Amino acid sequence: MIDSKYFLKGFASIRGVRSPAIALGASFIAIGALLKNIGFTIQESIFSTFLTYALPGSLVMAESMIIGASLINIFIAVWLVNARLYPMTVSLMPLLMHKSQPKWKYYLSCHFIAVSSWLIMKDNYEQINKESRIDFWIGIGVATWSVAIFSTVIGYLASDFLNEDVLIGLAIINPIYFTCMMVGAMKTIKISLSIILGAILGPAFYFVSPEWCILFGGITAGTVAFLIGEINDK
Amino acid sequence: MTSNIVLVILITSFATFLSRFLGVLSSENIKETSKIFRWFNCLAYSTLAALIARIVIFPSGLLSEVDYFVRIIVVILSIGLFFITKKNLVYPTIFSAIILSLFNSYL
Repeated sequence: MIDSKYFLKGFASIRGVRSPAIALGASFIAIGALLKNIGFTIQESIFSTFLTYALPGSLVMAESMIIGASLINIFIAVWLVNARLYPMTVSLMPLLMHKSQPKWKYYLSCHFIAVSSWLIMKDNYEQINKESRIDFWIGIGVATWSVAIFSTVIGYLASDFLNEDVLIGLAIINPIYFTCMMVGAMKTIKISLSIILGAILGPAFYFVSPEWCILFGGITAGTVAFLIGEINDK
Repeated sequence: MTSNIVLVILITSFATFLSRFLGVLSSENIKETSKIFRWFNCLAYSTLAALIARIVIFPSGLLSEVDYFVRIIVVILSIGLFFITKKNLVYPTIFSAIILSLFNSYL
């Protein structure tokens, strides 16, 4: 059903100098502590990371609950901040699809799409033959997802010992990890432009709309980068 | 405070899974050599960059208590360390956490 050789190869991606474990661990420890502080039980905290597994979404959920937002507002806010998962999925799954593989694998494993797992897969897919990529991906997904759930538990249990200075330190780790991964991914003109323009336009659109800035800024930046890249490639 | 935590978790995860699910659905008809795939590839990287830049420049929560200037310095130093250590990701991440905690305590 799942080729264990490729699964384990994917799973092993959490080791080594390019490991996402520290970044994921740090941010989900912070999430665990945050969820405890806003009144979640440990079961609810585990359940939350288990089902959502997307950091900005969980943060928005927590913030919305603190201000007492309605369910529909929570839905919209989370959907907006996690809408980036749509282009991420569309730019990943076609690379993994193979007619010999059953569809349920794709529909279930899309749950593992998050920034860290996505960047690792994008970095490594060319080394795996197309038929086995989905099993390799499931390996990466299960590994990163497990780290996230485990860290949520640790953060929840350790929350009394995490003072503000430690939490601030934890909070910067994830953006730094992602920034370095993105800088490392700048290998073609198209991707480099997408990243640079996105990093400029995202915050720039914040002055227009804090809620829509990621989507507006991202779509504008990506489209401009794509058009320039296409002309350049010809 | 919103009352029913389990319901909130379910709504949050549904709102998140929706984009992933629709992404797979769309992927069934998209070839990796197509123009639309290349466009979405750019969109994925640009929205990610937008998200990360937003977190660093307009953070919510604890990071917003750190001075803007300090955050930018930490990001630049960490990128520098990333290249010095031949793209090792462990050193810059740990370095950033320590230096930010120190800056925050002593500045």
